[in-house]
Amino acid sequence: MTRVTSLREAVRDFVRDGDVVALEGFTHLIPHAAGHELIRQRKSELTLVRMTPDLVYDQLIGMGCARKLIFSWAGNPGVGSLHRFRDAVEHGWPRPLEIEEHSHAGMANAYVAGASNLPFAVLRGYIGSDLPKQNDRIRSVRCPFTGEELAAVPALRPDVTIVHAQKADRLGNVLLWGILGVQKEAVLAARRAIVTVEEIVDELKPWPNACVLPRWILSAVCHVPGGAHPSYAQGYSERDNRFYREWDEISRSRETFTAWMKRHVLDTEDFEQFKRAFAASTGREAA
Amino acid sequence: MSAERGFSRTEAMTVAASRLLRDGAVCFVGIGLPSTAANLARLTHAPEVVLIYESGTIGARPQVLPLSIGDGELSTSADTVVSTPEIFRYWLQGGRIDVGFLGAAQIDRFANINTTTIGSYERPKVRLPGAGGAPEIAGMAGEVFIVVEQTPRTFVERLEFITSTGFLGGADARKRSGLRGKGPSAVITDLGILTPDEATKELTLTSIHPGVTVEQARAATGWPLKVSDLLQTTRAPEAGELAALRELLRRTAEKHGRGEAAHG
Repeated sequence: MTRVTSLREAVRDFVRDGDVVALEGFTHLIPHAAGHELIRQRKSELTLVRMTPDLVYDQLIGMGCARKLIFSWAGNPGVGSLHRFRDAVEHGWPRPLEIEEHSHAGMANAYVAGASNLPFAVLRGYIGSDLPKQNDRIRSVRCPFTGEELAAVPALRPDVTIVHAQKADRLGNVLLWGILGVQKEAVLAARRAIVTVEEIVDELKPWPNACVLPRWILSAVCHVPGGAHPSYAQGYSERDNRFYREWDEISRSRETFTAWMKRHVLDTEDFEQFKRAFAASTGREAA
Repeated sequence: MSAERGFSRTEAMTVAASRLLRDGAVCFVGIGLPSTAANLARLTHAPEVVLIYESGTIGARPQVLPLSIGDGELSTSADTVVSTPEIFRYWLQGGRIDVGFLGAAQIDRFANINTTTIGSYERPKVRLPGAGGAPEIAGMAGEVFIVVEQTPRTFVERLEFITSTGFLGGADARKRSGLRGKGPSAVITDLGILTPDEATKELTLTSIHPGVTVEQARAATGWPLKVSDLLQTTRAPEAGELAALRELLRRTAEKHGRGEAAHG
């Protein structure tokens, strides 16, 4: 049963060094505040799982929190490269990063298998691609009915999944909408789940078929308004496209990256302080 | 932009790509050039085209081009928004997609695509973003259009990594591999349009944009480029097409500040 608590306590209590950790959110609802908190608490040796690593994992990788990355598309959307990810893969800085690389379809299916408590997922995928030659976790299986050869990927079962959502009620039931990505599957596939939310309300009032994460499948719910920034929460904020562009410059060198992380993350105590530091250095609000 | 022609090569590419999309087609769209071309088609000759982005937005009608695959503009303008597993399982794998519209970092003569690494996989010179949705889009869409600028760096003799499949080694290699979609039917560049030879599946220059020479196209290709005996000149962008494209890019630049105009 979930606890409505601070993000600091949730990360302290539910994320351990060496864990397999998934921070999901497909462009929308990316849990950036939680990523910062993992860095502040110096979580280490993590296996990070995420379809689109985005800025949130560029930061975790650049700060040396990750041992391994499981992913399917690692870029700065609409801008270009993730420089810290590239530096880790190309030069081993700040430490070598093991990678396990899939396609989106492979990852999405692997989360579904995890949520379904199955050992692996089956898909028509990867045919002709060189990915299976580099990733021995992409294998094949023969259909017992037709004989067709299909791709098989092992289920994703994170120790912890962290997602951001729009609303929770005071008991910790969560409601999210808009682009849902694989958030629900990633939460259901995980042993523990933390959700940060824009708002805590007296009554959730979900419509039928709404995407609700009931409190009894969650470990912790944390009130972190703007916690997706520079990603966004539909109905609450817009994507800070300008910061995605600025990140290209900030992250390009190890020095500017390290200085930015120190000033905005390591030297701040929580996301509220981050927002003040961000406003001071950019002259605009973070969400 | 060329003063005497009144349009740039990138505009010629975008317009030529948009024309290939027929009205009513269900199109799985990649971000960047494909998204620009697909939306131009929607705003000109193909108002009923159904644009699907891998963020799960089905029937998106963005007023401005999205910077990312999951901009709010896509979800608020869509007929429906489904989860990522659903878009790949029910809609793409389910066989509902007529056209996959993709970009590429590198392409070879059989329209195989690399978006993974330049140099070896273990020790890459350049680590590119990777596969995303492309391998399964390239595999399962009814047909595939690829929009990419033609340079010796992108049109290479040999790919060091095949991320997404075109015609593999050519001829019937794709068919034998078990891929369901028929594969790339056109590669639209800033210089012309290449289509696969019916027998060998080798990309052949079949149309050249106004003001471009065959020699320029050959020089921009990292292998001895086959040129069709029936080579045509691409119909120049019309005033209405250029106006719609420029207005779309103007709205986009106004919304995002800058950047997306680079795709014009």
